[in-house]
Amino acid sequence: MNTGIVVFPGTWSDRDCAHALLDVLREPVRYVDYRERVLDDLNLVILPGGFSYGDHLRCGAIARFAPVMEAVAGFANRGGLVLGICNGFQILQEARLLPGALLRNASCEFRCEWAHLRVEQSDSAFTVDCRPGQVLRIPISHGEGNFFADAETLQSLEANNQVVFRYCAPDGRITADANPNGSLRNIAGICNARGNVVGLMPHPERACEALLGGEDGLAIFRSAIHALGRVPA
Amino acid sequence: MPAVATRARLEAVALSSDEYQAIVRALGREPNELELGMFGALWSEHCSYKTSKALLRQLPTEGPHVLQGPGENAGAIDIGDGLAVVFKIESHNHPSAIEPYQGAATGVGGILRDVFAMGARPIAILDALRFGPLEEGRNRHLFQGVVAGIGGYGNCFGCPTVGGEVYFDSGYADNPIVNAMCVGIVAHHRLRRARTDRSGDLVLLVGADTGRDGIHGATFASVEMDERSTSRRPAVQVGNPFLEKLLCEACLRLNELDGVTAIQDLGAAGLTSAAAELAHRGRRGIDLDIAQVSRREHGMTGYDVMLSESQERMLVVVRPEAETAAREVFNHFELHADRVGSVTSNGRIRVRDGRSVEADIPLKALVDGVPSRSPAAEVPDKQPSLRMPAIEEPEAILLDLMARPNLRSRRPIYRTYDHQVQDNTVWGPGYDAALLRVPGTNKGLALTTDGNPWYVALDPYEGTKAAVAEAARNIACTGARPLAVTNCLNFGNPERAFVFGQLQESVRGLADACRGFELPVVSGNVSLYNETSERNIPPSPVIGMVGLLDDLTARCPAGFQADGDLVFLLGDTQEELAGSEYWRMIGARLEGRPPIVSLEMERRLQAALLDSIGRGVLRCAHDVSDGGLLVALAESALFSGRGLRCPGITSPVSREAFYFGESQGRVIVSVAPRRVPELQKLMAKHHVPLHAIGVVGGEDFQVGSDIRIPLESLRQAWETPF
Repeated sequence: MNTGIVVFPGTWSDRDCAHALLDVLREPVRYVDYRERVLDDLNLVILPGGFSYGDHLRCGAIARFAPVMEAVAGFANRGGLVLGICNGFQILQEARLLPGALLRNASCEFRCEWAHLRVEQSDSAFTVDCRPGQVLRIPISHGEGNFFADAETLQSLEANNQVVFRYCAPDGRITADANPNGSLRNIAGICNARGNVVGLMPHPERACEALLGGEDGLAIFRSAIHALGRVPA
Repeated sequence: MPAVATRARLEAVALSSDEYQAIVRALGREPNELELGMFGALWSEHCSYKTSKALLRQLPTEGPHVLQGPGENAGAIDIGDGLAVVFKIESHNHPSAIEPYQGAATGVGGILRDVFAMGARPIAILDALRFGPLEEGRNRHLFQGVVAGIGGYGNCFGCPTVGGEVYFDSGYADNPIVNAMCVGIVAHHRLRRARTDRSGDLVLLVGADTGRDGIHGATFASVEMDERSTSRRPAVQVGNPFLEKLLCEACLRLNELDGVTAIQDLGAAGLTSAAAELAHRGRRGIDLDIAQVSRREHGMTGYDVMLSESQERMLVVVRPEAETAAREVFNHFELHADRVGSVTSNGRIRVRDGRSVEADIPLKALVDGVPSRSPAAEVPDKQPSLRMPAIEEPEAILLDLMARPNLRSRRPIYRTYDHQVQDNTVWGPGYDAALLRVPGTNKGLALTTDGNPWYVALDPYEGTKAAVAEAARNIACTGARPLAVTNCLNFGNPERAFVFGQLQESVRGLADACRGFELPVVSGNVSLYNETSERNIPPSPVIGMVGLLDDLTARCPAGFQADGDLVFLLGDTQEELAGSEYWRMIGARLEGRPPIVSLEMERRLQAALLDSIGRGVLRCAHDVSDGGLLVALAESALFSGRGLRCPGITSPVSREAFYFGESQGRVIVSVAPRRVPELQKLMAKHHVPLHAIGVVGGEDFQVGSDIRIPLESLRQAWETPF
């Protein structure tokens, strides 16, 4: 797997993603500068977390105009795997590669804490290694992760099986208490219709070592490795 | 135009007429307006330590592993593997009292710059905060603004906020305390000192444009506050963490270039202080042309430019041949850099505006020339301790204590801080000390800040000793060895004899404790004049400490780990209740003797802890501090959700003192039953008293026939929101 980790001005989980892939999973990675326009050497592109452009104007609203985003769109259209984490998810929405919007948390506060996610489907490139109903424990760290979409979009996301993760209680129940930010239907992550582009608010790269509190995030990166193994060369 | 030392002019720069005369002697003439402003800033208490300097000489600053002591942007300690830990704590009290969000945010920003100016990547932030009671609207406004500002800056920048502390007391209602500590990591050979070494080198000003914000912030931080202070809101700077992130990455990259000779943060007193200190440390001179400084607005005078405290700016000194390479780095990060001057060999700072010379001052006078102030000191007699009536309902008292703002869970605060970014946080906020992995190794850094204000108020000497002892104990509880200290001395107006007496005694306690534990003080900050309308804050030294754990697999948690484990108390309890949270809760006056630390006992206790954690004997260790023994036991139960059963506890002291007294030098530990003999042997070897407390397990927190509380009720009290 050749992974590119996109670095915008203000991105900060680039190094964490590289650590998870390189040091934990022994997968090669390279950083992709936001001014690059060619991603041909890659088969996985990660848009990591952070505050690209300081979250000025609106989270992800400026980053989506960075030169690299045109290349990311082309890469996704050709079936390349794209994972947007936190700010990366926000950027994918601003770039219209994923539907919906991420509003200010219902609490109006930033939240950094461990959350439980129920895997809703194992068809996306980043959940093939999981089973539906499996509960992953992965931290969140955001101020604007409150998933919103209009009724029609929401309906189509559900109908097309594009909801990938929902916030849940430790036993997998979808409850209001388990929803850390007010997301509609506890949605924590979604994919595009094809399943090669996934965005999620939680940070799987922070959950790749027992030392740091858990390894459930590995399932998401391992899924991508396996998904790529299945694609004919 | 030669200036006259009118009262108004001196007041504007907060200098005395004696100090003015010293300036005239140093220059051999009257200073002009700009020169007087520059002296005012650098001779302010905040920059010059003129009142505290003599006292601070008592502190131990050396040790075999010290790579950089006080005097640079931050201190540095060797942690093996060719790596150094760089750290410092600094106050931002005055700005936070006026504009809490930006005051706290720029406090974080300033301390981050101090660390990455040394070439180190910031890996952790801690904050020590003190506010008035939250029942009052203004205190709540300040509290919420400060917490939001810390999160707003640190989260965006991408450095985890992993620890700190907060206390509430009416003594902080006028002047809150906001101290921020930053810790960074750097390879030895990349550790950078901000000193010039060759004349002809170029001086670049990088980062934000210069505006009118924060003019005379250093001076403002060095005078007492009054009803006019809110009109000084323009003296509070505004932070831009996004720009700071770019500046940090650029500086870390610059640090790897040949020909970059110095990087200096622009903090208090802006360009004046940065340029003067940079040049003076290297015993060089500096020539600045302010016409070259990019500005945010038109019409700024030389005075504005030299004294602006606009944030997110750095001075970078390069060899002339390295300028192009440095500019490539700035361009990569889309940062703006002005060539504002050059290094000279004449020992003077010369400020030009194009061709016209605006200021010309010998650096030695500007940086080191301030006459020391030695105000009168008054140290009150030690008070005897009082006796209080016996308690009737320990169960209700424990529940009330757990819900007290000073003891309840800090989760509602720290969950608004990103405490995990960078993937090194083993234990974040909420425990005795935070524990971080040293990136790329299996070593751990234990980090804490401590400073119980009531012990210091009762006895500044003993209270400050206790703060050092507690910080070291917190670090030892994780299994890490305390390495070194940074400190922030927050006091009232030193021109009042009782305040200067507090400062004097506190520094003496700090020095004695640091010598006792062989801990060098490698950096720090003094914040005086925390006074409003003659009301002074309680004396509030804050100790920041860093410890090293050689092997993270040996770490020791603070919560009970397994049902059936046996719980012990290490250390003895004295009849000490003065200064305790329990006494404040029952409305006792703040008087008597605070808990007294025996440095000898404390050393033995910590050696015994490290020995037994190193041998894998302990399952958990938790410091007994604020709230006393039962609160500590309840916390260990709540950390892991395991109950505790204690048979009736007998003790030579009163039940109140045993349950709720805050005697120092105590730690609770849990061990697997089969390892008890080993624990007994180890404690005997180190001469540390060992007392059986109870057994881990069940759904309740039970102490003899006095207390039986379901764990969930205890948790509910503890998690009372702010």
